[in-house]
Amino acid sequence: MEQLRIRWFQWAAPQSFYPLAGRLWPWFAVLAAVLALAGMYLGFFVAPTDFQQGEGYRIIFAHVPASWMSMVIYLAMAFWALLGFTFNTRLSGMMTQALAPTGAMFTFLSLWTGALWGKPMWGTWWVWDARLTSELILFFLYMGYIALTSAIDDPRRADRAGGLVALVGAVNVPIIYFSVKWWNTLHQGASVSVTKGSSMAQTMLWAMLLMALAFWAYSIAMALYRVRSIILQRERHSRWVQELVA
Amino acid sequence: MIWESWDAFWAMGGYGLYVWGSYAVVLICIVVEILLARAGQRESVQTARELSEQETAHDATS
Repeated sequence: MEQLRIRWFQWAAPQSFYPLAGRLWPWFAVLAAVLALAGMYLGFFVAPTDFQQGEGYRIIFAHVPASWMSMVIYLAMAFWALLGFTFNTRLSGMMTQALAPTGAMFTFLSLWTGALWGKPMWGTWWVWDARLTSELILFFLYMGYIALTSAIDDPRRADRAGGLVALVGAVNVPIIYFSVKWWNTLHQGASVSVTKGSSMAQTMLWAMLLMALAFWAYSIAMALYRVRSIILQRERHSRWVQELVA
Repeated sequence: MIWESWDAFWAMGGYGLYVWGSYAVVLICIVVEILLARAGQRESVQTARELSEQETAHDATS
C-alpha cells in the first residue's frame, strides 16, 4: 500500500509525467481517429432516417458527444483542482490548465451544433431556456478560467485562483444535466439515461456512443499533449529540462 | 448504402446546410486546436532551448 502510494506520487512528478504523457498521447490520438471513423460511418451510412426529424437528426452524432464532453471535462478540471488543493501536487494545476481549452472548444461546439439543429427543428437558433443558458454559462466559466490563469504570472497562484473557479463552477454541471427535468425547456429530455436505458434505434445509439468514445480519447490525447508544453514551460529552469532540450 | 446517390447524401433530405454546417465547424475546431497545441509545444521547447544556450554561454564566459 505504502509502495503504491509512493509510485503514484512519483508519476505525479512533472519530470516523470513528461515522458509518460509523451508515450501515451499517440495511442489515444489513434484510438480517437479509429473510433470517429467507425462512428461517422455508422452514423451516416448505416443508421436509418429518423421518422420525425428526417436526416436533420444526424447532427446528434456530434452534438450529444460534444455536450457530454463539455461537462465531463469541467468535472475533470474540478477533480484535478481538488487534488491540487488537497495534496499540493504541481501536476494537478498543470492538468487543470491542459484540459481547459479542449473543454471550451467542446462547449462552443455544443452550442454551435445545437443552434444549427434548433433552427430547422424549433424554428430558432437560440432560446433563453434553462438548458441552453446553463450551457452558455459553462462556456463563460471556461473562458473565465482561461483568462484568469493567463492573467496571473506566478503559476502556483494562477493554479490556486483557477482551481477555485473550476471547483465553484462545477456546481453548474448538474444544473445543466438536470435542467431538462427541473424546468420546462424547449430542449428535449435525455434520449439516453442510466436508469431507463435508451429510446433510440440501436444503430443510432451505437454511432453516438462511438463518437462519444472518440471525443473522450481525443480529449485525453489533447490534455496529455498540452500538459507536456506546460511542464516544459514551467520547469524550463530545471536541470532535467535543460538536459532534455540541449 | 442507404443513400440513392451522392447528391442525396450531400443534400441530407434538405437539411444539408445544417448537418454539414455542424460537422464542418467540428472539423475546423479540431484542426485549429491541434495546430495551436503543436505551436505551443514548439514554443515551449524553443524557450527552454534558448535558456539553456544562454546559460552555457554564461558558464563559458565566467
